[in-house]
Amino acid sequence: MGSITLKQVTKSFGDVNVIKPLDLEIRDGEFIVFVGPSGCGKSTLLRMIAGLEDTTSGTIEIDNQDATDMPPAQRGLAMVFQSYALYPHMSVRNNIAFPLKQAKVEPAIIEQKIEKAAKMLNLTDYLDRKPGQLSGGQRQRVAIGRAIVRQPSAFLFDEPLSNLDASLRVNMRLEISELHKSLDTTMIYVTHDQVEAMTMADRIAVFNGGIIEQVGTPLELYQKPVNQFVAGFIGSPKMNFISVDAKAGDPTCSLGVRPEHFKITEEEGLWTGRVGVIEHLGSETFLHVHVDGVGTLTVKADGDCKVAYGDIIHLAAAEEKIMYFDKDGVTIPELSWGEEHPSSAA
Amino acid sequence: MATTQSRTLAKIMLFPSVSLLLAWMIVPLCMTLYFSVLDYNLLMPGDNEFIGFLNYEFFLTDPAFIESFFNTLLLVGGVLFITICGGIGLAVLLDQAIWGRNYVRIMVLAPFFVMPTVSALVWKNMFMNPVNGLFAHFAEFIGVTPIDFFAQLPLLSIIIIVSWQWLPFAALILLTAIQSLDREQLEAADLDGAGPWSKFVYIVLPHLSRAVTAVILIETIFLLSIFAEILVTTSGGPGYSSTNITYLIYTQSLLQFDVGGGSAGGIVAVVIANIVAIFLMRLIGKNLEG
Repeated sequence: MGSITLKQVTKSFGDVNVIKPLDLEIRDGEFIVFVGPSGCGKSTLLRMIAGLEDTTSGTIEIDNQDATDMPPAQRGLAMVFQSYALYPHMSVRNNIAFPLKQAKVEPAIIEQKIEKAAKMLNLTDYLDRKPGQLSGGQRQRVAIGRAIVRQPSAFLFDEPLSNLDASLRVNMRLEISELHKSLDTTMIYVTHDQVEAMTMADRIAVFNGGIIEQVGTPLELYQKPVNQFVAGFIGSPKMNFISVDAKAGDPTCSLGVRPEHFKITEEEGLWTGRVGVIEHLGSETFLHVHVDGVGTLTVKADGDCKVAYGDIIHLAAAEEKIMYFDKDGVTIPELSWGEEHPSSAA
Repeated sequence: MATTQSRTLAKIMLFPSVSLLLAWMIVPLCMTLYFSVLDYNLLMPGDNEFIGFLNYEFFLTDPAFIESFFNTLLLVGGVLFITICGGIGLAVLLDQAIWGRNYVRIMVLAPFFVMPTVSALVWKNMFMNPVNGLFAHFAEFIGVTPIDFFAQLPLLSIIIIVSWQWLPFAALILLTAIQSLDREQLEAADLDGAGPWSKFVYIVLPHLSRAVTAVILIETIFLLSIFAEILVTTSGGPGYSSTNITYLIYTQSLLQFDVGGGSAGGIVAVVIANIVAIFLMRLIGKNLEG
């Protein structure tokens, strides 16, 4: 229970095509993250799956049933909104009970389910409070609790952590991952934060301009991005792109090197530059190196790196870590990750 | 308004306007209080001697007072009931995406801009007139005896007229409240399986409670002093059946030229208005907090 199949799904608002024909198979029990810059259509697609937006063409199947024109409540999905969308005048208890009351569940069973959900989410002490008296993280948990009690076939999360502060976000990230492991239910999670995507997802779908650029596990996307967009979007700090002069017979137009794959060398390396801003994070150091004719490269070094502002340093990178892109920004697989994975470029 | 200096400065700056407003209120109130204990009748010029609380005694024991007191409550309560219920209904309708919504909204607001005397005359002569009125024509058309509204149902007729005037106000305030409702809450309710009625009862109505409170408080202030509509339609009659406190004070002081009795009535009206205000604030004022 909980597989969702999108077949040639599109969405347009007037003349604007927000989602271009798109196919996606979401497997039962999987945690899939839709990631992409704002305005790329990821939230719209989520709302289409939820039934809050009409589908312009194509079909959405939930558990092999055509759900394209089903009203939201019948799809058996639960959604956690960015603003939490709690009912402000109801207590936490009534908020969580609301979907059950609408489904005419017996009061005794409702009470039982509330207790269970509250225990799971550490909300037992807050059941009689109003949402206005709760902190951001607690409201988030109430929203999740309201979703859990319905026992949906899939959970939809629409940027649920974007209103929380940084440390709380890390905690909630873990809690949601934990929840996924214990419930073993399909989860679709929309975010613009690639760190959230990388840490939580079984699979990631990278969106850009209404299309899916690549779907894969976090490591696949990191190691074998199919194009420059995915390569730049996944990984933090982002990959350095270095344009090179095209040679006859060589399609390479630019190289990609991740900051963590540079080596600072004593002798002459591939690039030579002057160190600009240095960011010390303790465990690691980020150097912004100005290289003539290339631009500024971000380099990740050790935490105790002794380089100072204005130093001239040499940079090298292992050949197998360098990515090669052609003039359209598409990865050249033979050069980027050897001949043995040509199929991954598809 | 943080430092002592800025607070002191604020007090000094506020002083002239506050004292002017205070004088504006205090002087007439004191004069009314003073007149209310005098034997002051314009038909019998004399010494205007001090008669204690005799004016109050006459006013409060007048059978017309009790009748007009309940008329006032019925008028305020009836109009509030009609405008709140109708206002919520209109607001929900106007919130729907319909063609030409902006024009419809302006048209709905129109009655509020019509002066009370004018709208009362329009109702009196065009709608409720037992011979030429639209309602009379309609009654004849379906073959029943036309109702002589101002003779048979005087208070109800006035309630209808005043409700017609205040319905747009309530609808407008409630419409803006509905528009401020977070759409994600409605979407969440959609996903939770709530139908239109459940959404209205559990999401929209609770959201409107503050706006309803504001409408009740504001309307009550104005409805306690309804006067023009009564003057141009029933003149308080037949008997005292459509007289409210305001109109009774008018009869007392300007038709009977009894300034002392009218002033006593005015003070009684001030006390009643304050009782109503305290009662309302206790009852629904908590909705405005937080």
